[in-house]
Amino acid sequence: MRALLETRLLPAIAVAAIVIVLPWFFPSMFYYRIGTLVFIYALAVVGLNLLMGFAGQVSLGHAGFLGIGAYSVAIGPTYLGMPSWLSLFAGAALSGIVAFLVGRPILRLKGHYLAVATLGFGLLVAIVLSNEAGWTGGPDGMTVPKLTLFDWSVRGSDTWYWIACATCVLGFVLALNLMHSPTGRSLQAIHDSEIASLVLGVDVASKKLTIFIISAIYASVAGSYLALFNGHVTPDVAGFLRSIELVAMVVLGGMGSIVGSLVGAIVLVVLPQVLTVFHEYEQALLGLIVMVFMIFLRRGIVPSLVAMLKGWRK
Amino acid sequence: MAELLQFVFSGLTVGAIYALVALGFTLIYKASDIINFAQGEFVMLGGMITVFAAQAGLPLPVAALLAIFLTTAVGLALHRFAVAPARGATPVALIMITIGASIFLRGVAQIVFDKRFHSLPSLFGGDPIKIGGAAILPQSLVVLASASIIVLVLWLFIDRTMLGKAVIATAANRLAARLIGVDTRSIVDFSFAVSAAIGAIAGILITPIALTSYDAGTLLALKGFAAAMLGGIGSAPGAVVGGLMIGMIEALSAGYISSNYKDAVAFLIILVVLIFIPQGLFGRAKVERV
Repeated sequence: MRALLETRLLPAIAVAAIVIVLPWFFPSMFYYRIGTLVFIYALAVVGLNLLMGFAGQVSLGHAGFLGIGAYSVAIGPTYLGMPSWLSLFAGAALSGIVAFLVGRPILRLKGHYLAVATLGFGLLVAIVLSNEAGWTGGPDGMTVPKLTLFDWSVRGSDTWYWIACATCVLGFVLALNLMHSPTGRSLQAIHDSEIASLVLGVDVASKKLTIFIISAIYASVAGSYLALFNGHVTPDVAGFLRSIELVAMVVLGGMGSIVGSLVGAIVLVVLPQVLTVFHEYEQALLGLIVMVFMIFLRRGIVPSLVAMLKGWRK
Repeated sequence: MAELLQFVFSGLTVGAIYALVALGFTLIYKASDIINFAQGEFVMLGGMITVFAAQAGLPLPVAALLAIFLTTAVGLALHRFAVAPARGATPVALIMITIGASIFLRGVAQIVFDKRFHSLPSLFGGDPIKIGGAAILPQSLVVLASASIIVLVLWLFIDRTMLGKAVIATAANRLAARLIGVDTRSIVDFSFAVSAAIGAIAGILITPIALTSYDAGTLLALKGFAAAMLGGIGSAPGAVVGGLMIGMIEALSAGYISSNYKDAVAFLIILVVLIFIPQGLFGRAKVERV
């Protein structure tokens, strides 16, 4: 049992157990919908967490990649005659290429300067999406054709729940493996001290670029899923507020914690749904809760709770 | 030529507001290393409180003063009740707190006020003044004059008073400042209060031209942050120049290229500038000690 608990796959196993048991308690289809959204966001958040939590690089424009992924599955089947699944991969590839081109110059920037550069990138994507109405339908957005795999048309929140869940678990496992690979270890070294890792012979620039591309692909796939699941997409998907939301999920759940990514996604997807009961007080309460969480669990929910538990056991 | 003059004037007006928001970012960053994303909400509060106080029957100048006073109180409260209790948290956690605060303030404004757009009468009427073929709103001149006065007063204050010196000392080295008897906590309090007041004034000034609503702060915070970074974070002249530059770029690209892409052009230029000058126009390159 101890060996099992120490294994690096523990978070993935725990998550898998929870998601399989959970639907037994779902009273209606609506809960599948919320669950699906949680998994989709968690996928994007894990990618961003690799960049922020492990490599220590901030991105305030990650929704830009979400947008590229989302519009790929909208534009591909509609205008280019590409099947949805191929468009998803094409979108992921495009996001990777864009991340490569954008990342090379801007990842040299540090701290808040990197934040404003990525913010600018995200805004550029959102602006292009809302202005190229011929392709994207402008600010009103466009319909996304349903995902069809070999004559099987994917529909219904319960089906999507399992697809999103499987992809999310796969994403988690890949992220965990990456963290424990030589690349992952050099990334953590970069987080601790860029100069020290440079002295030790880590190719800082290329490692940062690699993780930026990987996190962009995570976001792109999540964006594609989001668009396919909703059946509709608007430029808001790439907007500044969406980027902030992703960062909030990473920080709230816990930077550098894979399970934290899921917890962050759960809190910020479920909370607004719960708060709708309070009608007009919704936004004020959401802001208040974010503040309180960050003041009292400043390292993020999961790392703070883990630290508390350890202290308590002693 | 008249066209260019027109664009330059509108660019300067908007730019002056961005510059004031950027100054707010800079002041708080200087004193505490925190990027305060609720800065835009100060601007919103300034405009909205004035509008509703005036609707309630207060004379406009009294309403404006009340708005500045209340927003300053909100700024102080933000530091005392949200930022100060989290002392020692990572910069990202502190930024999240200010983002939470901005969502909270937007939500409260939505309840206390409403979701509609509001305007204020301008100080000297709405008839445009003709200068060299360009039509300029009197309120634009009010904005430019007030912004210049604020920058001047702030500079005199920081440069010539004991409290100002204490702010500089705190910005330079917090520990050393505390050792020579500066109450750094009050200095941070003070920087939040002044930033809030400047934001409120910016909000009151721009409302007759650009309207305001409960969610007007987000975009302004974004532009102000970008302006502060373009100028080089922590540099007051940088904040002013950065703000004016972004205002000008926006107005010129809206006039000559496409108004849909004005923000895109602005951020493209910011990206290019940062790629070539990674510490911003007036920022000092940070040397990391090993």
